[in-house]
Amino acid sequence: MTYEGVPGLVEAVEEYGETTLVVDPARLTEAMTHLRDELGFTFLSDVCGVDYLGWDGKGVAGYIGTAGGRDLNAPGSQGLPKVPRPKPKRFAVSYHLLALREEPARVRVQAFLDDGEAIASVVAIWPAADWFERETYDMFGIVFDGHPNLVRILMDDDWEGHPLRKDYPIGGEPVRFSSAE
Amino acid sequence: MSVTEKTAGAPVMRAPTTYEGTKIPHPIPSVLEPSQELRASGDILEVNFGPNHPSTHGVLRLVADLDGENVVGLRAVIGYLHTGFEKTMEQKSYWKGITYPERIDYLSFQNNELEFVLAIEKLLGLEVPEKATWVRTCLCELNRIHSHLVWLGTAALELGAISMFWYCFRERDRILDLFEMVTGVRMHTRYFQTGGVAEDVPPGFVPQAREFVKVMPGAVDEYEGLVDRNRIWLERTVGVGILSADDAVAMGQSGPILRASGVDWDLRKREPYLAYGEVDFDVPVYSGGDVYDRYRVHMDEMRESTRIVSQCLDRIEQLDGEPWIADDRKVVLPPREELHTSMEALIHHFKIVTEGYAVPEGQVYAVIESPRGEAACYLVSNGGTKPWRVHFRAPSFAATALAPTLCRGELIANMIAVVGSLDGVMGDVDR
Repeated sequence: MTYEGVPGLVEAVEEYGETTLVVDPARLTEAMTHLRDELGFTFLSDVCGVDYLGWDGKGVAGYIGTAGGRDLNAPGSQGLPKVPRPKPKRFAVSYHLLALREEPARVRVQAFLDDGEAIASVVAIWPAADWFERETYDMFGIVFDGHPNLVRILMDDDWEGHPLRKDYPIGGEPVRFSSAE
Repeated sequence: MSVTEKTAGAPVMRAPTTYEGTKIPHPIPSVLEPSQELRASGDILEVNFGPNHPSTHGVLRLVADLDGENVVGLRAVIGYLHTGFEKTMEQKSYWKGITYPERIDYLSFQNNELEFVLAIEKLLGLEVPEKATWVRTCLCELNRIHSHLVWLGTAALELGAISMFWYCFRERDRILDLFEMVTGVRMHTRYFQTGGVAEDVPPGFVPQAREFVKVMPGAVDEYEGLVDRNRIWLERTVGVGILSADDAVAMGQSGPILRASGVDWDLRKREPYLAYGEVDFDVPVYSGGDVYDRYRVHMDEMRESTRIVSQCLDRIEQLDGEPWIADDRKVVLPPREELHTSMEALIHHFKIVTEGYAVPEGQVYAVIESPRGEAACYLVSNGGTKPWRVHFRAPSFAATALAPTLCRGELIANMIAVVGSLDGVMGDVDR
């Protein structure tokens, strides 16, 4: 299948037998409508976010109690054999699409975003995206423009922070050992 | 002639039921809202159903707006079982991470374990020995029967068919005995390893599994004998919670829900993984799209899975003495006995257990047909020994979002049947 006609296509990558289409987030709606109507991807399998903070550089704060943060790549390991290829922006939203045909086809659409940058919602194209986008918002704080009900879904309504961000603290609360601290 | 012979495998005859247009609520696909006039009339009663209610299949909260006994508004509230598996797995080496996915969907533990292991193997480009593939197929199908049995027992229980629960758990126990025999534990077996399975199947497994295969078709007949011609069961399920094929696809439904709506879609046939390309089985498809047809798909799938298990057992017997895990010392733990004599083996063992093995940079999406449908593991690796990001595509998550669509215009009592028929496992929904 050829993906050259997809609007806003930045690059198409073939890896591990899977196709990834990196698209311009500003033209996401056009690209998705094209994929559904022209190429037959009627089934939205999944939407999820990835946080690439600290992906190709030194690590970031991962523990609430340390000022400088800790190196995510260092503790308990010998470090990476090589630095991974850089990503254009901090966040990526990955959409996994499926065409229900005799010859099934799958494609991953990826859009890169900076912190605070919003992306268009695809709920109007696939109603299934409703909860998936809410989960991505809840976990990463990525805002989906045009989502009819963008509220938290897994965490409490008054929860602070977005747990799957790489700079979200793990490992509990800092402990004060004396009043002098 | 026994009761079961008369009733087994005879579906209720009726005209195909469907509807015009779409039932998916607008503008929010997962929230059914009563009309403005109805809301203003003051006749609406808001009822909180759950999160702790015996018929919600776990901790699911449904907020229903009732007009008399009719459901005019509905939304599902989830997250009560959110455990942060995905965050936790980012901190664990791949080797340790295998324990987590099976606790996500706690009824289809081996299938969930499989999708994670398949994703790692895809990134590593690791070949799995034939025997391991057949053992995995066998256990995954046993697991499918196990999951369907728990579904049938509890879904029937919610509709008042109490004895069904005991019948189903009788066979379920035999399956758990088999799991215990192979893996040492009854649930959450952590038996699949990157590259194969943890140990060879023990000598007594095949005969005992054959006993089970012999018993199971008769047991399914018995379940059908209990409810298939039961007036109450039919009244509660036939024509209730109808879903059209278009709506099912638009809402991302898969597995038994999709096949009950007339879509012939099973990844075991369409995108064969493991040994599914080599076994002979049929995919049950029904066109009614109601609770009854979802029940029928589950029943037929148990029979088909039994057929697959039987074929797997033949192959496992033929492959007696073959290796059950890949021979790649950088990823696979060395045999225990070598640790006492080989320095190399000791070093490899130590490195794999402490630091873990590095997985090449990249991202993959490993999809399987779990008992609930399209289940996938999206794995992003930065080339290190821990996953950068793991995400699980949970079929129950998509199914639970469908509840308001299906309950449109139903009675409150039918809501139980509808939500039960979606087969949502809350661990899978909330992760």
